[in-house]
Amino acid sequence: MTSSRRKRALVVWRTLAAVALTTCFLFPIYWLFMISFKTPEEIFAFPPRWWPSHIQFDNYAVLFKDGDAVTVWNSLVVASASTVLAMLLGTLCAYSLARFRTGGVHLSNWIISQRMVPPIAVVFPIFLMYVFLGWVDTYLGLILVYTAFNLPYVIWMMRGYILDIPVSLEEAALVDGWTRWQVLWKVVMPMARAGLFATAILTFIFAWNEFLFALVLTRTEVATYTVQVTHYFGGQSGFWAKISAMSVLGTLPIFVVVAFMQRYLVRGISLGAVKG
Amino acid sequence: MADLRIAGLRKSFGNVHAVRGVDLEIADGEFTVLVGQSGCGKSTLLRAIAGLEEIDEGTIAIGGQVVNEDPPYRRDIAMVFQNYALYPYMTVFENIAFGLRARRTPGAEVQAKVQQTARLLAIDHLLDRQPRQLSGGQLQRVAIGRAIVRNARLYLFDEPLSNLDAQLREEMRGEIKRLHQEMGKTMIYVTHDQIEAMTMADRIVLMRDGRIEQQGAPLDLYERPATRYVAGFLGSPAMNFVDAALIADNGGIGVRLSDGTVLGLSSTRMQRLAGRNDGAIVLGVRPEHISRFEGNRRPGVVRHRAQIDLVQPTGARTYATFQLGGTAVVAELQAHDVSQPGEQVDLAIDMNRAVLIDPSSEHVVS
Repeated sequence: MTSSRRKRALVVWRTLAAVALTTCFLFPIYWLFMISFKTPEEIFAFPPRWWPSHIQFDNYAVLFKDGDAVTVWNSLVVASASTVLAMLLGTLCAYSLARFRTGGVHLSNWIISQRMVPPIAVVFPIFLMYVFLGWVDTYLGLILVYTAFNLPYVIWMMRGYILDIPVSLEEAALVDGWTRWQVLWKVVMPMARAGLFATAILTFIFAWNEFLFALVLTRTEVATYTVQVTHYFGGQSGFWAKISAMSVLGTLPIFVVVAFMQRYLVRGISLGAVKG
Repeated sequence: MADLRIAGLRKSFGNVHAVRGVDLEIADGEFTVLVGQSGCGKSTLLRAIAGLEEIDEGTIAIGGQVVNEDPPYRRDIAMVFQNYALYPYMTVFENIAFGLRARRTPGAEVQAKVQQTARLLAIDHLLDRQPRQLSGGQLQRVAIGRAIVRNARLYLFDEPLSNLDAQLREEMRGEIKRLHQEMGKTMIYVTHDQIEAMTMADRIVLMRDGRIEQQGAPLDLYERPATRYVAGFLGSPAMNFVDAALIADNGGIGVRLSDGTVLGLSSTRMQRLAGRNDGAIVLGVRPEHISRFEGNRRPGVVRHRAQIDLVQPTGARTYATFQLGGTAVVAELQAHDVSQPGEQVDLAIDMNRAVLIDPSSEHVVS
């Protein structure tokens, strides 16, 4: 075989491998979307139907009619609010750790160790506390617990991104006549933008996908979509339609967020990667 | 008025004493260069003046006001940083305008001032570019532009040229000096490069180990160094130091080198050295004070026959290395004075310009 033919064969094999791998990863998502458009008979048809005979939105309509779709809204409120809160507090803490060496060398390590606490170990004490405070099944309760859980991650990530910014950029701004708060807004934020967005997206995704706290700390008022999906598991197999439709509703916002922010996500994550 | 007065300034980082008691007065409009090896405390001193470093002791007063407690943004200072410190997400225009915007300067005035500054630095065609599209020299001009666009009380330069190549450095040296002449502002410039210090300064403040070793006009320091350190730091090639002993020989006085060579000193020198004879001394001779012996005997100029070990032509001058009292000594000769290593030549050492240093105190005694 000549080398050019060998090269071409290599490209073919690589492409085939890539297609096979992508199919493996995307098939469950494809199947999820397809089920959500099928009728109950089609869902259980054998041999399986690869696509519905016609697109119908009954499965979604039921979710909106019964009011189940509001749980997606609950997820959105809780995830967004806790992300904003965690980013705000976390970035300020990270700046303090990075620039004023607050707490010496050990505080930042201690903070990240908080992230390693298994949620199951603290969920019941928190539940009891929330019962006492009257925060069970409230937005406030979930938002606070997600913020608390995401803070160590945000602080750790943002500290790294801030440490990467040359101090002299901030010093130049201070000498130029800007106050420390203005420097934070006009220099640190734009410089750490990629990291800021990447951290925010991952924080949002954590809160969006969270299940355990939502299960224990909510009842009916602010139940999130992850909790709602589990309500459909039971004896009646027809609920597969609802499960898939709900899952699609829950997946779409993340799709949208990541699609819009992909640029920052990739840049932000690779920034951290190079630093090591 | 924007004079600067520093009294008893001390600053340490943990166990490291960066500045150990500095008193310094800089007059309005003066161009002062803080020079010294890395770690001598010059940058710390500059950063303390800017308010970027809190000081442990002492006072800093700008224009008669003590500014110890003032954060940098209240000191009305402009500063050029070694690594340029330009914002990568702003255009050149916005970078230069950044300090004006902090002071809420009206838009039209910002426009006019930035344009004017850019023209002064010949970067007016770059205003729409991003910093990453500029060369090192252009970046440095923008960094300088950002400082001088403001009407600050004090302008600080922290080794601004050290990232540039030699040719560009020379060009920018002239540029900054010209700016100072045009603006007439008080400027403090930090460098480890003695040539920058000599060429730019109205006054050199030479620092060593967190203290001021000596200060004065460049040629004063060069011609009348107070210590061996100052004598060796300024000048390139550096001053030659040869261990010697003071001797009195029939009516005159001189120094005897370890190989027995005796170099005579003039009678005026003798009076100043009275009572010090027979002591160990270090003889300091600048390379340019050794020349080819031309046959005319001038008082204080001694003739010395030497074998040249190394010849380094630079074009205008040729550096020739030879042994004097067991030490390798460099002479700065005319371009064609020597051509080959191994050559025997008669050299004239101008002892009138030589310095004598007490080896124990390292102070210049005469």
